[in-house]
Amino acid sequence: MSVNLGIPAVRSSGEGNLFAHEKFQSAAKRELKNEQLRANLRHATHTIRDKRLNVVSELPDWEELRESGSRIKENVMARLPELLEQFEAAFTARGGVIHWANDATEANAIVTSLIRATGETEVVKVKSMATQEIGLNEHLESLGINAIETDLAELIVQLGHDRPSHILVPAIHKNRTQIRDIFRAEIPNASPDLTDNPKELAATARAYLREKFLNAKVAISGANFGIAETGTLGVVESEGNGRMCLTLPETLITVMGIEKILPRWEDLGVFMQLLPRSSTGERMNPYSSLWTGKNGPDGPQNIHLVMLDNGRTRALADKNGRSALHCIRCSACMNVCPVYERTGGHAYGSTYPGPIGAILSPLLTGITAEENSSLPYASSLCGACFDACPVKINIPEILVDLRAQDVEAQHSVRKAPTEMDVLMKGASWALSSGTRLKFLEKGLPAGRLLAGKDQRISWLPGIAGGWTSSRDIPAPPQSSFRDQWAQREKFQKSQGSQQSQQSQASQKPTGKQGE
Amino acid sequence: MRIALFSTCIVDAMYPSTARATVEILERLGHTVIFPKGQACCGQMHVNSGYFKDALPVVRNHVAAFLQEDYDAAVAPSGSCVASVKHQHPMLANRCGDDGLAADAEEVGAKTYELSQLLTDVLGVTNAAEQLGSYFPHKVTYHPSCHGMRLLRLGDRQQNLLQTVDGLEFAPLPEADQCCGFGGTFSIKNSDVSTAMLNDKADAIEATGASLCAGGDASCLMHIGGGLSRRGSQARTVHFAEILASTREKPLVIPEAQGGVVVLNGGTR
Repeated sequence: MSVNLGIPAVRSSGEGNLFAHEKFQSAAKRELKNEQLRANLRHATHTIRDKRLNVVSELPDWEELRESGSRIKENVMARLPELLEQFEAAFTARGGVIHWANDATEANAIVTSLIRATGETEVVKVKSMATQEIGLNEHLESLGINAIETDLAELIVQLGHDRPSHILVPAIHKNRTQIRDIFRAEIPNASPDLTDNPKELAATARAYLREKFLNAKVAISGANFGIAETGTLGVVESEGNGRMCLTLPETLITVMGIEKILPRWEDLGVFMQLLPRSSTGERMNPYSSLWTGKNGPDGPQNIHLVMLDNGRTRALADKNGRSALHCIRCSACMNVCPVYERTGGHAYGSTYPGPIGAILSPLLTGITAEENSSLPYASSLCGACFDACPVKINIPEILVDLRAQDVEAQHSVRKAPTEMDVLMKGASWALSSGTRLKFLEKGLPAGRLLAGKDQRISWLPGIAGGWTSSRDIPAPPQSSFRDQWAQREKFQKSQGSQQSQQSQASQKPTGKQGE
Repeated sequence: MRIALFSTCIVDAMYPSTARATVEILERLGHTVIFPKGQACCGQMHVNSGYFKDALPVVRNHVAAFLQEDYDAAVAPSGSCVASVKHQHPMLANRCGDDGLAADAEEVGAKTYELSQLLTDVLGVTNAAEQLGSYFPHKVTYHPSCHGMRLLRLGDRQQNLLQTVDGLEFAPLPEADQCCGFGGTFSIKNSDVSTAMLNDKADAIEATGASLCAGGDASCLMHIGGGLSRRGSQARTVHFAEILASTREKPLVIPEAQGGVVVLNGGTR
């Protein structure tokens, strides 16, 4: 069946694991205290960051590739309904079955019924952001279906009863010793003498997973790409666990966000260059699996695809935020983000952390959902993410736009202005006229009194206390520049001299600091 | 050339010596500097905090103040304010459907330069010692502010000018391209994360052994300097314009550290 995905009048919001349940500020404050986390994150992000820079700098046409990736995605967003129908026709013609899910609840229900139809109670999983977004594992578990993550890092997180904190490196917040402890406790046949040697750890996980692969009848995956022209799905991975899941079981169920469509087969050429280099800092990833429906008697015989909206059409309708849907989940933005590097992924609440999460989560759910309005403020707007993004998502610009949406939304429901509102209103009045600013600057000497003997201000009340908690403010000068300039002009006039003579910026040097 | 100085609100009110240094450099090169009196602020604090409605009058004022003056180029000693004038002003005008303001903002933005941009690209200054007589016999490190680096693509213009100052010992800053954590209201709203970033920046500065960290953005310098001051560090921050303006005859005097006070006295210039 084909579905009209023209922008509906009432767009449903994303649900599932897309929410900050507490304000980013307070979550970050807590995470900052975790020294181990910060050390791990710093080491890991800097390592990946450097690798990415190396492999990106060796391509002379990297900027052109980024531009191509960005244009292709723009084109996809502009033509999404027709491309989805084209994909559906091609995928179905090759024996695939397609299902449309408006939100997380629908997607989970579809996947559950497909597994139930096989009679299985254990399934293997390929690492997938979409299934994390909808909370599929938790949903299946509540119904007595055990979904086993086969990506090593996802397995570590799952066995540790933890949450991923990074799109690419879900266990980035764990070190070798912590992983050894998890394996000892959770893997049935793990040696009690297991050390934290990476080789040993990998061998232990491998033995455990092999047995799962060989017995699995059902696999669940996400998809990096869906090619409209051919109806092909693609998964790009490093470990080969994905290849096992995609080829060994009888039933393969894929969950993919509707924005992952690429128009043509040849577009892969662009994205297969952009993704591995941006993501793992590799020239090419070890395993790229592509499948187009059913392939005769070989491989899975029941091929399903759940097409997930979950707030994507909502994001698509936001003309300033739309390009967030270009995201190919490479994680380059979080690896260069100074905020993410210090807080880690859990502070963002949502499945999508870091700079992309700070825009994507509120775009999918709406700015007023839970504490998602705090996410766009989780950035100093340094712009490192925009430079790193392989599909040129202008994250800083969208962050600012979402802040404006938040301010609007707050003002529409609030009667009394906040301290920030008052500050901004006052500053707007003061800073929209040279005359008014000049008048207010007459108060600078009073600020010098406030600074006192040691010529610094170390405490301020209210929200300004957020500054003085860790920073001083120097004593202000005796007079503003514009006053000094006016004095100079007066002096020059009285001398009958013209400008452009020797500069005498201030004619009454007092020799005092801050002059 | 006739050059209009945009002092920026923070330099005007807190760091007049930076504006004086800017005037000094330009006049030394033989150019005429004017100061449009209507100017106040670029409005980036409002824009970046999402207060678009409150930003609008600030933007209108800036555009009007510079539109009515006659000049060849406008200059500001601040990368982030120039980026705001060039990028945010037209964006905001288009947002509120004011085509006239958008056109005016584009016109003002096209003629606005950050100081190192103007010196390097327009006025052809490639050697500060030779062309400006800059002399500053101190060990200096340098932090490239984010907006100058990423929005204006200043590259190494500021650093080149500093490195060609007579007597200056340049100490490269480790991880220089990392944000200092200022981010406008981010420093207040997410004070803890901002402080963590600031402390790493301060560590890096102290690791260089330099007595001064130069930069091109007064607000970032105030942030870094305020952090160094709070730590009781001996290192201080200084705007690169003040270093360029310093000569053998009129050297920039660095006052004795008084609890790490960051304001530098431009001497009796």
